[in-house]
Amino acid sequence: MTTQTAHAPASENGNGRAALPRRDPWPLLLAPVLALAALPLIADPQTWATLTIAGLAMGMMIFLMASGLTLVFGLMDVLNFGHGAFISVGAFMATVVLGKLAVWSGAPEIVPNIAALLAAIAVAALVAGLLGWLFERVIIAPVYGQHLKQILVTMGGLIVAEQLLRVFFGPDQIPLARPAAFKGAFIIGAVAIEKYRIVAVVLGLIVFAAMQAVLRGSRLGLLIRAGVENREMVESLGYRIRRIFVLVFAAGSALAGLGGAMWGLYQETVTAGMGMEMMVSIFIVIIIGGLGSVGGCFLAALLVGLTANYAGFLAPKLALGCNILLMALILLWRPQGLYAVARREG
Amino acid sequence: MPSRGAKGDMLTRVLSGDPPGDRSLTVLLLVVAAGLLLAPFILPGVRTLNVAANICVFVVLVASYDLLLGYTGIVSFAHTMFFGLGGYGVAIALTKLGPGWGAVLLGAAAALIASVVLALLIGLFSLRVKAIFFAMITLAVASAFAILASQLSWLTGGEDGLTYQVPRLLQRGFRPFGEEGIGAVITGRTIAYYVVFFAAAALFLFLLRVVNSPFGRVLLSIRENAFRAEALGYRTVIYRTVANCIAAAVATLAGALLALWLGYNGPDTTLSFNIMIDVLLMVVIGGMGTLYGAVLGATVLIVAQNYLQDLMRTLSTAAAGVPLLANLVQPDRWLLWLGILFILSVYFFPFGIVGRLRMRRRHLSP
Amino acid sequence: MSEALLTLAGVHTHIGRYHILQGVDLEVPRGQLTVLLGRNGAGKTTTLRTIMGLWRATQGEVNFAGRNVAALPTPDIARLGIAYVPENMGIFSDLTVRENLTLAARSGAPDAARLDRILRLFPALKKFWTLPAGALSGGQKQMLSVARAIVEPRQLLLVDEPTKGLAPAIVAGMIDVFRELKRDEATILLVEQNFQFARALADTAAVMDDGRIVHAGAMADLAADEALQQRLLGLALVTH
Repeated sequence: MTTQTAHAPASENGNGRAALPRRDPWPLLLAPVLALAALPLIADPQTWATLTIAGLAMGMMIFLMASGLTLVFGLMDVLNFGHGAFISVGAFMATVVLGKLAVWSGAPEIVPNIAALLAAIAVAALVAGLLGWLFERVIIAPVYGQHLKQILVTMGGLIVAEQLLRVFFGPDQIPLARPAAFKGAFIIGAVAIEKYRIVAVVLGLIVFAAMQAVLRGSRLGLLIRAGVENREMVESLGYRIRRIFVLVFAAGSALAGLGGAMWGLYQETVTAGMGMEMMVSIFIVIIIGGLGSVGGCFLAALLVGLTANYAGFLAPKLALGCNILLMALILLWRPQGLYAVARREG
Repeated sequence: MPSRGAKGDMLTRVLSGDPPGDRSLTVLLLVVAAGLLLAPFILPGVRTLNVAANICVFVVLVASYDLLLGYTGIVSFAHTMFFGLGGYGVAIALTKLGPGWGAVLLGAAAALIASVVLALLIGLFSLRVKAIFFAMITLAVASAFAILASQLSWLTGGEDGLTYQVPRLLQRGFRPFGEEGIGAVITGRTIAYYVVFFAAAALFLFLLRVVNSPFGRVLLSIRENAFRAEALGYRTVIYRTVANCIAAAVATLAGALLALWLGYNGPDTTLSFNIMIDVLLMVVIGGMGTLYGAVLGATVLIVAQNYLQDLMRTLSTAAAGVPLLANLVQPDRWLLWLGILFILSVYFFPFGIVGRLRMRRRHLSP
Repeated sequence: MSEALLTLAGVHTHIGRYHILQGVDLEVPRGQLTVLLGRNGAGKTTTLRTIMGLWRATQGEVNFAGRNVAALPTPDIARLGIAYVPENMGIFSDLTVRENLTLAARSGAPDAARLDRILRLFPALKKFWTLPAGALSGGQKQMLSVARAIVEPRQLLLVDEPTKGLAPAIVAGMIDVFRELKRDEATILLVEQNFQFARALADTAAVMDDGRIVHAGAMADLAADEALQQRLLGLALVTH
């Protein structure tokens, strides 16, 4: 059935074992509560199960796409409206790679399929990460600290990137076929669970776990978490946080590219504008989650994914409106988002 | 700040004491104004008149956005929502109630009320938060609104939009001076054009008055603070909300004018994100915080959009042998070049054309 | 009088429109504790932040160990061996006490002996070792902030109002801590409003007013001259 694992920020005690969330656990209940609340509305348990899994899968992919943005904003107060460009680029890279590896992708055995998938998302992440590095150096660095110009310039960057994709790949939609093993669905009882959605969920969990491992267990992660809270103090301790930022930006772009590739495979079609299309949902996710909090972003992404799918079934015309309503409600409860990062004053 | 021009007292009063401030700029503005005023006579053809009318409408729309962005310092992506409200208000009224002036006024009034209320809500809820939050929230709200508009087909005509008849006075077939002589030139469309032109001019002058009033000066001082401080006082919220409402109202009227001119309104006419991008481009390239920038920005961009594509088409045919090059100059890619221009403007011409020209004057004078 | 480890010469700092430091000349002798006194708004915190590079001096020189550091970026200044204990303590609330200290130890991990000594000076930190620093009380946060500054040997400590808002008993504990630090021959530039605290610890005293140094000399001299205190600081030496 559905799994609602509590992947919230955990702390280490002296033995290094992960302890329960030391902060309030209430936000962790939101996703299960939402899922359970939707059950009576949807009535049919099989449909509910399908929608819930679809929602989780979508949530994972949105998490991939959004996590980089929230860290970048939390760390350096930079809002990159051009983030969608990396998503689109990642998706297009996936088409290129899977096109070249069509033999592996089409083979009936699972091993070449997995290899093809991994190759596609690896290339997507790499290219997007490289692009992100360039983007930071060329477009963002000159307007560092000026919020208005940042918004304008990154928006411009998004437009130009999308147009360039159209120049290189043509203006039309490009189909993106899933590797053979990931087509179709498992049938459990009367429920059809799309195989690819399982892949998406598993991948999302792996990435989330990896991110938490780096953030909680490594020195770099320490620096990032401290930097999100108080940049000046980290510099006063002797760390050149600018370099860390560039790294985080590139990593965030790589994650977006990965998310884009996964999303393209989910939709089975890729367009230059898909990144921009996701931006609204991504913004909703990082606002709900709390700017700068990876754990919050994860929870928020799941909520948004679930809401989009439940609403898409119950009231398709109001799907986006429901997510906005969700955002409004959560902001009323917690104006800084689910897991607000303690920021310095002034 | 622009210095007091030595023009007639009357003209300065009309411009609310905020003259262009630079000779080249004044010349440019006069050329544009004259061109727009005399458009039906000096620019024959349906298409050119349409371009001129679009320019009039967008001057107002962009100027209202400049009030928000340039004077108050608020980045909002919901502006097209108000534009669309105005357009749909008039369109729905004319569709349901028939081609009468009463319908036009009713539609416009209803849209105005809706816009101001919406602006009020958005303002009070969101303006308490950081600028970036606000930008994201407006993006979300505008997207939701656009989707809503295309979903409520029974009211809005869905994806196809609404086509309707405009009041008789404005129709193409209306010939106040008969068919001969001057009657061949002046038709209902001409009258419609001048309705749009004078309404746009009036709205522009109104905005000029607003930004040069004590209220406008408070806005400027708030803009100075907003970009630095994080915490805003309660009173600041009120000023910004009022600015939001005024900008929204003017945008709504611009939308109403467009609907009146086109006889058609749909999601792509007023609500699409492309229009929001166009507005951003116009206000940045023209010059933020100047209002005159809206005039130049709108003119440059709309002319470019309409005629650049022709140019690109020629280039594209010429470059047909080189695939990548052909793709780059393909007419559909005009947004690529405008986007690059936009980015360059933000870096090198942060005050737009108007700012550039005004700065030149300061350099010249000792 | 020992040689100056840190010298400010004609330092001006502007913040936006405001001209905060208007020509600061200050000498901080090596191995001694110099206290910077003055009213609120005199520019004391700005002075520390300028030394640290968090705000740029628009004019003048900041000489540390013979080198002008006025134009260096903050991380580079810190790496020269300057530690900063800011007014708002700069504690990372999301990180545990241990993580806060680990971060402050640029070499990777705090030296065991130094760590023992820190925990001996600040026993409360041991109790909250693996808990988020945000859970600490004000006084404990202040201790953590100081602890971070001494987790590795530093040439110069810049400390901004460490006793602000603390209970008198804790202030007394702080005096002991700083006395021990002085025994290590650390050079300390201390900004303080609490004259008692300053008198107990400082070797040299400088008084600031309106962005300038208006008095500098031995602490003992200032402590003995009530009229001078009254004139400079608007208070007489009253034992609480």
